[in-house]
Amino acid sequence: MAATDVPVHPTTHAVVDLAPLSNDFSITIATVNGSGSQSANNTLLRAIHRMGVPVSGKNIFPSNIQGLPTWFTVRVSKDGYLGRCEQARILVAMNRASIREDVAALASGGICLFPVDFPPPVMRDDVTFYPMPVDELVKLSGVENRLKPYIANMVYVGVLAYLLDMDLNEVEEAVSYHFSGKQKAITLNYGTLKAAYDWSMVHLDRKHPYRVEPMDATKGTFLIDGNCAAALGAIFGGVQFVAWYPITPSTSIVDNLSEYLPLLRREADGTATYSIVQAEDELAVMGMVVGAGWAGARSMTATSGPGLSLMAEFAGYAYFAEIPVVIWDVQRMGPSTGLPTRVAQDDILAAYTLGHGDGRHVCLIPATVAECFEFGGTALDLAERLQTVVIVLSDLDLGMNLWPTRPFVFPDKPLDRGKVLSAEELTALQGKWQRYADVDGDGVCYRTLPGTRHPEAAYFTRGTGHNEAAAYSERPEDWSANLIRLAKKHDYARTVVPAPVIDLVAGAEIGLISYGSTDAALQEVRDLLAAAGVPTSYLRLRALPLESGLTDFIAGHKRIYVIENNLDGQMHGLIRLHSPGTAGRIVSIAQCDGFPLSPRWIRESIVANEVKEIS
Amino acid sequence: MTTTLAPDAVPVNRIGLRKIDYNGASSTLCNGCGHYSIANVIVGAAYDLSLDPTRIAKISGIGCSSKSPAYFLGTSHSINGLHGRMPSLATGATTVNRELIAIGVSGDGDTGSIGLGQFKHLLRRNVDMVYIIENNGVYGLTKGQLSATADLGQKIRHGGVNGTPPLDLCMEAIIAGCGFVARSFAGDSRQLQTLLKAAFSHRGTAVLNVLSPCVTFNNGEGSTKSYLWGKEHDQPLHEISFIPLDHEEIRAEYGPDDIKEVTLHDGSIIRLKKTATEYDPTNRLAAITLLEEERVGQHFTTGLLYVNEERQTLVEHENMVALPLVHLPAEKLRPSRDALDRINARFM
Repeated sequence: MAATDVPVHPTTHAVVDLAPLSNDFSITIATVNGSGSQSANNTLLRAIHRMGVPVSGKNIFPSNIQGLPTWFTVRVSKDGYLGRCEQARILVAMNRASIREDVAALASGGICLFPVDFPPPVMRDDVTFYPMPVDELVKLSGVENRLKPYIANMVYVGVLAYLLDMDLNEVEEAVSYHFSGKQKAITLNYGTLKAAYDWSMVHLDRKHPYRVEPMDATKGTFLIDGNCAAALGAIFGGVQFVAWYPITPSTSIVDNLSEYLPLLRREADGTATYSIVQAEDELAVMGMVVGAGWAGARSMTATSGPGLSLMAEFAGYAYFAEIPVVIWDVQRMGPSTGLPTRVAQDDILAAYTLGHGDGRHVCLIPATVAECFEFGGTALDLAERLQTVVIVLSDLDLGMNLWPTRPFVFPDKPLDRGKVLSAEELTALQGKWQRYADVDGDGVCYRTLPGTRHPEAAYFTRGTGHNEAAAYSERPEDWSANLIRLAKKHDYARTVVPAPVIDLVAGAEIGLISYGSTDAALQEVRDLLAAAGVPTSYLRLRALPLESGLTDFIAGHKRIYVIENNLDGQMHGLIRLHSPGTAGRIVSIAQCDGFPLSPRWIRESIVANEVKEIS
Repeated sequence: MTTTLAPDAVPVNRIGLRKIDYNGASSTLCNGCGHYSIANVIVGAAYDLSLDPTRIAKISGIGCSSKSPAYFLGTSHSINGLHGRMPSLATGATTVNRELIAIGVSGDGDTGSIGLGQFKHLLRRNVDMVYIIENNGVYGLTKGQLSATADLGQKIRHGGVNGTPPLDLCMEAIIAGCGFVARSFAGDSRQLQTLLKAAFSHRGTAVLNVLSPCVTFNNGEGSTKSYLWGKEHDQPLHEISFIPLDHEEIRAEYGPDDIKEVTLHDGSIIRLKKTATEYDPTNRLAAITLLEEERVGQHFTTGLLYVNEERQTLVEHENMVALPLVHLPAEKLRPSRDALDRINARFM
């Protein structure tokens, strides 16, 4: 039997009629986790991207290996908006357990694709329902039983490709990319997909408004996740030592380091110019990276909130002992099991003040995958330049989802190894140096590395209680002077961390401030507000400590909204501390429900406050 | 040993250093503290072996023992880290600089209580270092609480008697796969210094669990960690001597029957002369049996309990370049522009 001969099941068409809607809608693919839908979903995403149409995807998945509901949302946006779209117009309902809620959540006028053997229990009359003969088409593929659930997912890609009028050549290219050119897998997957496409062509009526029409908006870009970009950035930033402990959603940073370091950083004889150690816990992780940083290596780890907590004591130690290390914190919700697979920007305060005592850490906050790459190296440079802990605050949305980007740019500056005295320099100084003396007035002192062949090179490293010569001291003036110098170093850090990205709009009374992955929603928010006659300026923070550009931005606007994905408005709090005189007009727009903030919610929250201000 | 006479008649070792060149700052430990004897033994061993102090890294956790690296090898880098976390610091430092000669100094609380996990995992990885446990069964800096090696019945300062059986850190080390496990006594510096020299030559982690009495909090009558107890109960497994590779001395000082020699990977030799009983320190099961008999009989057997150099060290396993990672020039650390072009192309 040919695929097109598979029996027809009736399509139920919506009673609402809509004008054609090309390249501006969102698709939700509801599956069961562990069913291998990621290949199908990424294929769909890449195929749309290859057609030149801006697209982004978000995987909403449970903390589980197999059997719980998972949703993958694909946003197709001709305007290039990357923010989360709350309501889908297209549903692929592959999960029997969630199908009732999934259908109920669909926008009016939407379409629903479902496997014919489990039709939705409630058929809405404002939705078009397309049954898919998934089992029959999989049977026809001749695939062995073990692979059937995976292949089944390719059926919905084929049906969607037809219903959305996609370019089949690009779909095939996307399959080929996904399976890295492995012919057997490509033939099997694309064969099934094509059979589903052919079946749809014969049996389905494309009586709905949604189409993917070719554009020219993605040329010269590719899709990549932030964790992969971070790993590549660290490799091109010269990372030498990585210690880690598995934790969602940071694990794939190290997975990618383990994949790309052997390709990029091995000598001709196969020996490595790096080392990766999986530790027994995050306490040990941090000890290892601090030990390696102390010994002079570019040293990093990747973790998430609970791991960050375990690293706290050593982070404080490294701050006071002035040892360079980099921590990538891919933020997620909550302690314990929490919601480890859901996004939040909720470690801002914890990261900035990690450890006990007066320490404050330099934090870098990437908003795009290109910045994940860039900060991979910048973080290592700053850690060594400032001899301190640098925490990169990424998050699950940025780290684990695919985002479009231009090709990564080769770093234009050499590695910054900071103030390290060699044996020759010590000889020139006649051995006269002090580990914690502020010779240059920037709060950053000179250090030596263990193994430096000079009798005056050694010093004794401790967290606290040392004088300028690194000798043990309990004298109050020594400790006080040291704290003051560290504060001075932190002030120096303000001048060398990545500056905020500022877009000033003439006449705008409202200034928006955001950071990290929440930035993805902001362009759309600003366009929506501008369309309603409310022009806004925008400042995107890229680092802590806060600096003078922020002060000027606040001064230049009547009202400031700080938009972030945590309930307490953590950055809002830091900004108010930074600019206490203007604290009264700095408003927090904060929410934390496990999802990226939606442009609609942000816009409505701002409008509600503006109405309040006016009335 | 290899000492020669300098023109001014102050003895110097093979690299031209005097013994006082291996000293550290003045000790702030209590008078008579066992840790102080150990510090002196470290100075003596490093001098005798002509170790270059600038190649040595001293790493410690928290406690009286962990303070002690300030009191020896003053021209070596040192890091006094966090409680129980000397092992992880040492792992990081030695991995990125394989030329460092690492000495970890820890206590029984630091290693057996808060740091037991890190201790065991360091041994699993076989980090190339000397790991000294200065064991006195008590917390000194916080004034006399019980540690995980406190024996049953040990009295504590603020009331009570220990009712929780101790951990034997030698047993823990052997079970974790350590290839060099020795027990010694701060009151027997000759044996300790010999064991320490052998430990420096060992490939992988060498653990020295040293009874180092706390004269202030656990040296009284009835203590099983006191000087008196140590002296009365010390049962050396063997008379041990160590012959470094560069030494002129040729073997066969004793007859073959009561001598066992262990040749280490660098060619140096540990020579063990039988005392009362037959003991083969290369037999892991024999070591475990000995320690179990010791536990039951409350004995205090000292000497080289176990030695085996078969396992790869962490650095060997990682297949790294011969040069320490920290000595690699920038061009070895940043891949080329072409490499990035190829990566970008992969994603297109």
